[in-house]
Amino acid sequence: MDRALLAALNEERAARRAAVVVTELATGRHRLVREAEVGADPLADAVEKAIRSGKSGIAQTEAGEVFLNAHLPPARIVSIGAVHISQALAPMAKIAGFDFEIIDPRTAFASEERFPGATLHAEWPEDVLKERPFDAYTAVCVITHDPKIDDFPLISALKTGCFYIGALGSRKTHGKRVERLKEAGIPQASIDRIEAPIGADIGAATPGEIAVAILASVIEAFRKRKMFADRRGETEPQ
Amino acid sequence: MSETITELDVLKTAERWAGEGRKLALATVVETWGSAPRPSGSHLVIDEEGNFEGSVSGGCVEGAVVSEAVDVIEAGEPRMLEFGVADETAWRVGLSCGGRIRVYVEKVN
Repeated sequence: MDRALLAALNEERAARRAAVVVTELATGRHRLVREAEVGADPLADAVEKAIRSGKSGIAQTEAGEVFLNAHLPPARIVSIGAVHISQALAPMAKIAGFDFEIIDPRTAFASEERFPGATLHAEWPEDVLKERPFDAYTAVCVITHDPKIDDFPLISALKTGCFYIGALGSRKTHGKRVERLKEAGIPQASIDRIEAPIGADIGAATPGEIAVAILASVIEAFRKRKMFADRRGETEPQ
Repeated sequence: MSETITELDVLKTAERWAGEGRKLALATVVETWGSAPRPSGSHLVIDEEGNFEGSVSGGCVEGAVVSEAVDVIEAGEPRMLEFGVADETAWRVGLSCGGRIRVYVEKVN
C-alpha cells in the first residue's frame, strides 16, 4: 500500500464517508473506491455489497483473489435535548460502543456538570448542523419536547437518511408533530420512518429505562442494517 | 465503532508513523474460518524495529506476524500468512480458539 492511498483513505474516514480498499492479492495492487464512486468500479456489485453489509472479505474475480476492505464511519448517536434521559443515555451509548453527542441550546441543561466528559453543543441545532451535519451513520433522538428545538433537526435527519430517527412524546404529541412535518412538505413515507413513541416497546417508564429502550432500538437499526434498505432512494439533497 | 476515531486508530497511526519517516508494514486479516478473534479487515501496523499497533488476533499470533512483517519491510514483497490449529506450527503460534485466519502482510511505500 502506498502512503498516498493511506492518506486518502484516512481523509474519507475523517469525513465520515464509507470507502472500500480493493487489493488484488496476486499482484498486491490497490485501489480506493469512495462510496460516491462505487458505480464506476469494475467490481461495483461486490464493493456495494461490502459497503451495505459492512463486512470485509475476499471475492473471486478474473484477476484472481481480491480482498475488499470495507471502512464504514463509526456509528454515532446524536441526542437533541440535554434532558434527564440523555444523562442516562450518555454513558450507556459509550459502553455499547457508539459515539455520542448532545445538542441543546438551553445552557442550563447542556452543562458540563450534568454531562461530565460528553460531547456537548449548547447551541441551536441549526447552527451545530451547519458545521457538523448528520449523515447516514448517525442515529438521531429528538427528546426535548419543544418543537422550536426538535423540528429542525428532525427534518434534517429525515432528509439525510439517518439510520435511526426517534422522537419522544405521546401519540397525541406525535400527531401534532406529524401535522407540522406535513405542512413543511415532508412526504408520508419519510414521516413513517420516525419511531414514536421513541424506543423499543418494553414498557419503559423511568429516564434510565427509556434510555435502555432507545439504545435497543438504535442497536437493532444498526445491526440489522435496516438503515441501508430504508435509506436507498430516499436520501435527497438538503 | 468508536475505536476507529480514538488514539487506537491503526490507520491513523500508520499514516503518522510513515510521516515520521519510519519504514512500515501493514498486516490485514483477509479471511477467517470458524471462531476467529478479529474479523476480516482488522489491521496491525509494524515498523522496522518491531513496534506495532492494532491486532489481527486476540494476541495469539501477533508475535509471528510482527517478525514476518520486519522481513517484508526489508524484502519489499508482500506475503500471505496462515494461522490455525490445523497448522503444523500450531503448538507454537496457533489460535487457541480453534479458528483459522489468513493475514496479508505488505510494505507501506
